[in-house]
Amino acid sequence: MLRFIVQRLLLLPILLVLFSIIVFWLVQAPPGDFLTSYVANLASGGSSIQEEQVEALRHQFGLDQPMHIRYLRWMEGLLKGDLGYSLEYQRPNSELIGERLVLTVFLALFAFAITWIVAVPAGIYSATHQNSLLDYAFALLNYVGVATPNFMLALILMWVAFSSFGLSVTGLFSPDYIQAPWSLGRLIDLLKHIWLPGIVLGIAGTARLMRVMRANLLDELNKPYVVTARAKGMSEWKLVIKYPVRLAINPLISTIGWYLPQLFSGSLIVATVMNLPNIGPLLLRALTQRDMYLSGSILLIYCSLTIIGTLISDILLALVDPRIRMEGV
Amino acid sequence: MAENFQVEETLVSQLVSKAEERVSVASNWQLVWWRFRKNRLAIISSMVLVLFYVIVLVPDFFSTQDPEATEAFLAFIPMQGISFFDSSGFNLSVPAVVGKRNPVTLRMEWKIDETKVPIRLFVQGYKYKVLGLFETDLHLIGPTDPKSADWLYLFGTDRMGRDQWSRMMFGTRTSMTVGLVAVALSVIFGVLLGGISGYFGGWPDMIIQRLIELLQSLPTIPIWLAMTAALPQDWRPDQVFFAITIILAFIGWTTLAREVRGRFLSLREEDFVLAADLAGCSRFRIITRHMVPAFMSHIIATSTLAIPVMIINETSLSYLGLGIRPPAISWGVLLQEAQNIQTVAQAPWLLLPCVAVILSVLAFNLVGDGLRDAADPYGH
Repeated sequence: MLRFIVQRLLLLPILLVLFSIIVFWLVQAPPGDFLTSYVANLASGGSSIQEEQVEALRHQFGLDQPMHIRYLRWMEGLLKGDLGYSLEYQRPNSELIGERLVLTVFLALFAFAITWIVAVPAGIYSATHQNSLLDYAFALLNYVGVATPNFMLALILMWVAFSSFGLSVTGLFSPDYIQAPWSLGRLIDLLKHIWLPGIVLGIAGTARLMRVMRANLLDELNKPYVVTARAKGMSEWKLVIKYPVRLAINPLISTIGWYLPQLFSGSLIVATVMNLPNIGPLLLRALTQRDMYLSGSILLIYCSLTIIGTLISDILLALVDPRIRMEGV
Repeated sequence: MAENFQVEETLVSQLVSKAEERVSVASNWQLVWWRFRKNRLAIISSMVLVLFYVIVLVPDFFSTQDPEATEAFLAFIPMQGISFFDSSGFNLSVPAVVGKRNPVTLRMEWKIDETKVPIRLFVQGYKYKVLGLFETDLHLIGPTDPKSADWLYLFGTDRMGRDQWSRMMFGTRTSMTVGLVAVALSVIFGVLLGGISGYFGGWPDMIIQRLIELLQSLPTIPIWLAMTAALPQDWRPDQVFFAITIILAFIGWTTLAREVRGRFLSLREEDFVLAADLAGCSRFRIITRHMVPAFMSHIIATSTLAIPVMIINETSLSYLGLGIRPPAISWGVLLQEAQNIQTVAQAPWLLLPCVAVILSVLAFNLVGDGLRDAADPYGH
């Protein structure tokens, strides 16, 4: 077990270095840099900036250096825990990202919790009450849930809330709490707002997970050991929960590996639609403004979150399934 | 009586053996088709898809207006519902809309009027070219009197007075082709690289597998955004279109490659491959004539299920402003108009492209599920 985890951990830095190269290449690939679009913006606004000043700024941000030098500088900063300096906001990137990252992770975990809390019982119910009315209702929900992109769901929900209740369901905080420091009141306020984006984000995953749970459990329910237990007079409820469910849930754990990362990056689009203060909208703005150190750092954070998500699921899988745990021994 | 019974019995057994014979000599494709035919949902869904792709071929025929025509004072005209009957029997018509400028807000306010505008099928409208071949002015639906052409807005108009119905026809063309082309590219990459990986094994396999693992552990949406943001701003719409399909296929091929590799690995050990090898077939011939046809139906099922994912991704990217760019029209581009919730509350028909997306994705999923079940010889 330990060896398995150590192996995975050793692979981590190699992957991160590879990803950092890909990410850096991507963010500096477009022609021009932040200053060219900055100058263009100033010109369209009617003001101008001196050529020497632009050159001085370019030198200050290191934009006049060749690509590999810039990359090495960026990496050097990253290793020291310095994410660089945002060209647009004129603030350190870590300051910009900090709280937004917490909210990103929190939202993803919240959506994840909703998914599991809804999908597993619904899947068990569907499998034990096959072809019942509720089973069909879940199946319908399932198809629609998979077919609706989550940004569209957010859009439709926002429209319904606005036109029938006059509610604006954007953001994660009430106006009083947006700038306030963390407190119990702020946390409660967050919980009041986070459930809708959480549901929007989690619905496709819920649908898929429910389907897998139902199929797995149906396979298990036909096995002889279930018949034996039933013949011995075990209560149906206890029987289902104690044996088949435990077996049916195993393959679900292997889905965490792709599901958690998907939630992290999926929240990007939902956050943009619903105007949530997480790193998604920040990335979008940084990409369109060519704020390359900011977008690079955020992309690398997404990569790390993805890797960590996969790692967690590998470890969980090894914990529940002895066959995988023993492979290396 | 007994004789009769016997005759009947032989007839029945003859029929049964005929049916069995039919099954035993049927090609794989025929078997797949017979099984697919039984799935009613999948058949209905494939009809929906056929309809969608007819629109893709001739969007002009289904449009009622030029999708680019803007007329600022015609903004936010509401939807006009078609009524099928009037006092004299079956006659298609739409209610007329009348606009009045609000003296306070200076905004046009539209009202559905009592008077009817008669419409009919197959009318003459603006001229267009069918597939770039020949010119015609025939349209599916339009006002009976061509002079009142400006007043048919089945799905209303947007902020710039463009006809939503016609724009959705053109959006269908872009969005449905993006999915198809992106998946076609993924299939080419996937089959090629997965085939190399599975058939040859060794170091090519090693390299391709590591590459797939690397690509699959990238966070897809952020990386797509970074890639599309890197596309030069001055590209023509068709260049952007192909760039987007390549970007979507860039990660999409990995799942297919994995599947193909798995099939190759299991088929490599089969007797018929060994037989072909012993008979002196070249490697190329073994792969293309014997192995690929054996798992072709699976590839088709998997790629059918991949198309809706591509459609969703394209729509999301375009909605964020980083996919297909205006003046090109796709469902995502149309939904950009619905970004402001106040505007949507005022003009809910701007959300109609959602229906198109959900319908097409649902249809593709159902057809894909049907194909996958039909392609599996060990199914029921």
